[in-house]
Amino acid sequence: MANGKLGSSHGEIGAWEMFLYRFSRWLRSPTPYLMVVGFVLFFGAWYLLSEVFKVWRFASLPGPHQVLVEWFNPNPVYGMSLYTPNYYMHVWMSLRRVIYAFVISTALGVPFGLFLGWSRNFREFTFPVFETLRPIPVLAWVPLAIVMFRSDETPVIFLTTLASFYATALNTMLGVQSIDESFPRAAACLGASRWQVFRHVIIPGALPYIFTGLQISVGVAWFSLVAAEMVSGEYGLGYLINSSYVNVQYVVILIGMISVGIVGYLSSALVRIAGDYMMQWRVRELALGGGR
Amino acid sequence: MRSPVLAGADAPAAAAPPQQHHAAKGAIRIENVDKLYYAREGPVQAVSNCSLDIRAGEICMIVGPSGCGKTTLLNAIAGFHDITGGAIYLDGQMLCGPDKPKAEPGPDRVVVFQNGALFPWKTNLENVAFGPVMQGKLTPRQAAEKARGMMADAGLGDVEHNYPGEVSSGMRRRVEIVRALMNDPKVLLLDEPFRALDSLTKSVMHEALLEIYYKNKVTIFFITHDLEEAIFLGHRVAIMTTRPCRPKKILNVDIPHPRNYGVLTSPRFRELMEETVSAVHEEAVKAFEAGEKEM
Repeated sequence: MANGKLGSSHGEIGAWEMFLYRFSRWLRSPTPYLMVVGFVLFFGAWYLLSEVFKVWRFASLPGPHQVLVEWFNPNPVYGMSLYTPNYYMHVWMSLRRVIYAFVISTALGVPFGLFLGWSRNFREFTFPVFETLRPIPVLAWVPLAIVMFRSDETPVIFLTTLASFYATALNTMLGVQSIDESFPRAAACLGASRWQVFRHVIIPGALPYIFTGLQISVGVAWFSLVAAEMVSGEYGLGYLINSSYVNVQYVVILIGMISVGIVGYLSSALVRIAGDYMMQWRVRELALGGGR
Repeated sequence: MRSPVLAGADAPAAAAPPQQHHAAKGAIRIENVDKLYYAREGPVQAVSNCSLDIRAGEICMIVGPSGCGKTTLLNAIAGFHDITGGAIYLDGQMLCGPDKPKAEPGPDRVVVFQNGALFPWKTNLENVAFGPVMQGKLTPRQAAEKARGMMADAGLGDVEHNYPGEVSSGMRRRVEIVRALMNDPKVLLLDEPFRALDSLTKSVMHEALLEIYYKNKVTIFFITHDLEEAIFLGHRVAIMTTRPCRPKKILNVDIPHPRNYGVLTSPRFRELMEETVSAVHEEAVKAFEAGEKEM
């Protein structure tokens, strides 16, 4: 029997044990080494193009060496490095906005998507409106956002929330629609009311898609945030990138960009971990399936 | 009519009508049922003027080629969709009929699905305990206790805390049957539950099902396209015509229960197979020529 393969003699696998198991398997797989090779190739190419050969068009691009030196410099030339409190202020402001936007878009998008998928009537009268609004790019909302929300912070959060909301709602709706018809039927047979079906079948059944949506949503939040910050606000990584451009501090632009990349990567990893935690059944299924 | 050669039957009990040894509950009366639905190609008469009496406590096997409309019949009894004519009764009470085309799904008629419908996000134990908790009959703790007992009885004690995705498909099917029985249903509606299993697992499942049946004595409405399975398990076998679906021939299987796999080699079993195989084959050819898609 599949039982016992993960030492589940008591049936329960702790999250930590699961993490260790997966981590050790990850170390034994080629994944981490390929990842390192990927980064080395990327930074190597950048370094060669911009600093060694100074290839046309790359000549004015700061090289990785230059960026790293500035980034780790206790006395940065342009006043922005890991040693200056200002840097953390920018990161924190952006992070805070993304957290707000992510929480709001999840709190609105998941229920909205669940109802879209679950109730045909609800879908028929809201989905066309939703689909009309969705293609409008975040940047097109900027003037309205500034007019509507008169503070510094809210327009940026509004713009960031918008794109995330679409991703979350749409994926949640697809998640509900992906649920095999026999699950709600089985629940009805077993005496579940419509509300119980929603609670015990629709929500958990849509969860894998919801978490895919949340991962997209967190990524989308970062890129709409940077766009929004370029237009409004006086802090944040997007603001930093834009103001460095105005001040011709190209190295700082790259510090800002890499910072967005790293924080963005970490935030979607966090969402993925939360997803695995909430969907132990899926993690265990995949683990037994022999993995990727 | 009754054959003296009754392989596999160590008890002298004859093929008695099932009503004798347990309370008569779970009799289904299907009366002139029609089901017309509109597919992309136009109207399809899936079931037409179909009448069938299923006795309380019997195993009634419904045999027909894929797509003949037998699942439509099951869905009507279960309350998954409406009928367009006739009526269906459970123990004399109308489930659906002229004024009420769609039955209400409920725990008195639990379906075991063709591809399995254990909730993958709940452990096997939580799945089994699901029904009574939803109905508010038991607290989660009481339900878990009862579920544990029933799973142990069915030899499923080891997989209680596993998720369905972690155990074999045969195991999953057994858990699903136990989940149905937790509700003390009058009727079990089985829609080709063993179709996806390999033949060896299938034979194990047949005996497991019979064992469960002998302990619980519910009416079993079992859809299959496998004649051998039908004769091995059933008190009666209804061979259905292909679309529209209605009984073409009803076979009384006079091999006494309890049965085991020895029955398969008995002369009476062979006789019954021979008696019916041509009828089934005829319908299969018809279905094949009509090129019906599976429903």
